[in-house]
Amino acid sequence: MERMPKWADLVLTPLLSLILAFAISALVILAIGESPAQAMKVMVEGALMSSYGWGFTLYYATNFIFTGLAVMVAYHAGLFNIGGEGQAAMGGLGVALVALALPWPHWALALPAAMIGAALFGALWALIPAWLQARRGSHIVITTIMFNFIAAATLNYVLVNLLRPVGSMDPASASFPPGTHLPKLSELALLLGIDWGRNSPANITFFIALAACVLVWLLIWRSRLGYEIRAFGKSEPAALYAGISPVRITVLAMLISGALAGLMAVNNVMGEAERLVLNAVEGAGFIGIAVALMGRNHPLGILMAALLFGFLYQGGGELALWTTIPRELIVVIQALVILFTGALDNMVRMPLERLFAARRRKGA
Amino acid sequence: MDFGTTIQILDSALRLMTPLLLACLAGLYSERAGVFDIGLEGKMLMAAFTSASVAYATGSAWLGLLAGIAGALSLAVLHGLASISFRGNQLISGVAINFLAAGLTVLLGQKIFALGGRTPSLEGAARFRPITLPLAQELRDVPILGPIYAELISGHTILVYVAFLMVPLTWWVLYRTRFGLRLRAVGENPASVDTAGVSVTRLRYGAVMICGVLCGIAGAYLATGISAGFVKEMTAGRGFIALAALIFAKWRPWAALGATFLFGLLEAVANRFPNLDLGVVTVPSMFMNALPYILTVIILAGFVGRATPPRAGGEPYVKER
Repeated sequence: MERMPKWADLVLTPLLSLILAFAISALVILAIGESPAQAMKVMVEGALMSSYGWGFTLYYATNFIFTGLAVMVAYHAGLFNIGGEGQAAMGGLGVALVALALPWPHWALALPAAMIGAALFGALWALIPAWLQARRGSHIVITTIMFNFIAAATLNYVLVNLLRPVGSMDPASASFPPGTHLPKLSELALLLGIDWGRNSPANITFFIALAACVLVWLLIWRSRLGYEIRAFGKSEPAALYAGISPVRITVLAMLISGALAGLMAVNNVMGEAERLVLNAVEGAGFIGIAVALMGRNHPLGILMAALLFGFLYQGGGELALWTTIPRELIVVIQALVILFTGALDNMVRMPLERLFAARRRKGA
Repeated sequence: MDFGTTIQILDSALRLMTPLLLACLAGLYSERAGVFDIGLEGKMLMAAFTSASVAYATGSAWLGLLAGIAGALSLAVLHGLASISFRGNQLISGVAINFLAAGLTVLLGQKIFALGGRTPSLEGAARFRPITLPLAQELRDVPILGPIYAELISGHTILVYVAFLMVPLTWWVLYRTRFGLRLRAVGENPASVDTAGVSVTRLRYGAVMICGVLCGIAGAYLATGISAGFVKEMTAGRGFIALAALIFAKWRPWAALGATFLFGLLEAVANRFPNLDLGVVTVPSMFMNALPYILTVIILAGFVGRATPPRAGGEPYVKER
């Protein structure tokens, strides 16, 4: 197979796939009798033209950075983790247990503890599928799907029977004590004298997400473990000859992946709802798949893709509010992004490769 | 538990297992040919929507069934395109198809009916009606066998009987026809089929299309048989339970019947007794709901026999040049 230049492989192919996905999304909007340009205008205005909109966009993006990184780390080890949804849900349980366990005096103490709880529960939820894949050869995709459902049932049970405050009808935990309330980005801005993003849920977790991007980059491309993960993902037999243990790498990669997905709960459970409700993850675990695919499994790409999906999510909410287009338009766009950048990647790549090969022959 | 209750639960189990059985057999064809399909859920959902819409518009459940098959087939073609022609990742393609169906059904439903993603209720000929088998009324009073025949075996819609007939048919196709032999071979070792001069691409497309047709019937049954119309997300994870049943059945048709019956029974018992009192302990309904998934994980772990998927499953076939 003739090689393409690196920029074509890393930028041109995904960009063309993305353009295709959005072109078809526009056709879908046309098909339901709305104007794509008008829809775009509503989305941009709702998500990006006010500090309030930005607050929501950044809040959603924070979720997607974590789940995107989770998919990415597993992907580099050759594992397709569809279990982000369940891992993030269990991460929420970890956060809730930490937040409700002690009368926290200050958020700065509660935050690290909650992060540990979230990461631990997320990682534990990924451990069993990881171990089954490594030791018993059961397919990680199927086991993580099953664990998503098991997590939903477990959480349902815990919320209804164990965490629900006496006298409450909601399947939800008690509200977290005030000492666990994370500062919102708008409050931080106010400290700097800027009036920014009132009443929006973006909070300090956004900076943790940014830090996570850097740490994951360091882990994957600048650490011994990252090298082993990538080597294992590229070729299992080669990794084996190099003395890399498949069991160790599979389990470690999935633990890190699950921990990252679990950490998302710091943002939505602790930072926003301030109590644990049923279905708090709202599909962010699955969006992580689209984000990782679109971001070409690189933290920088994931950051950008997460911002784009944050924009789509908030813009989609505005669409549902101001037009007759339902929120589910976002699900369609998400599907098309996954389809074109993930599954139909070769549809764009094959003709491009032929094009570059032809040009090279002419040049030679 | 008395005899009447047992009959009622079994009857409900048959109804609930029907979409699972159809989807499970659908997955069986596809995966036996080497194409993994986690998009069963999406195809069923799409079929449920198209069948309900067309059945409502035309007043005919049969036209609805055709539309359901067409709806699921369109996604099957997409899956084939991605995973066979363009050698993409079959799992990613399946994920995309699930989302596409979840989004499109609500989007189109809202556009056409403006009921928040639902279709209007189906009435009369727009639904599949229960069929009373011959002599069911006359034999009702015969002890034991009478109620079993009249209530358990008789009185289902035609799609239930179709689903059950699909089991021996699938067995016959897979193990007694040339097509079935080649289908199984292409899932184990596509190169050998290619060497024998048979087109891997065509065989795999064939299997993926059969999968689409069966998912179409399953979705149409959900919307026009069990319920009277489409509601958003109405498949509610059934595609994944069917996938679980397929693993449970180790990719064999008769075992698929057993696995889906077990899962249908679990659902029926959970519906009837939300909190199952076993005397010593009370089993919460959430546990019953999660049981199919837990059982699948246990099977996958190899503690109850080994589930070995078709060897070439998930691998796109690249012809050597």
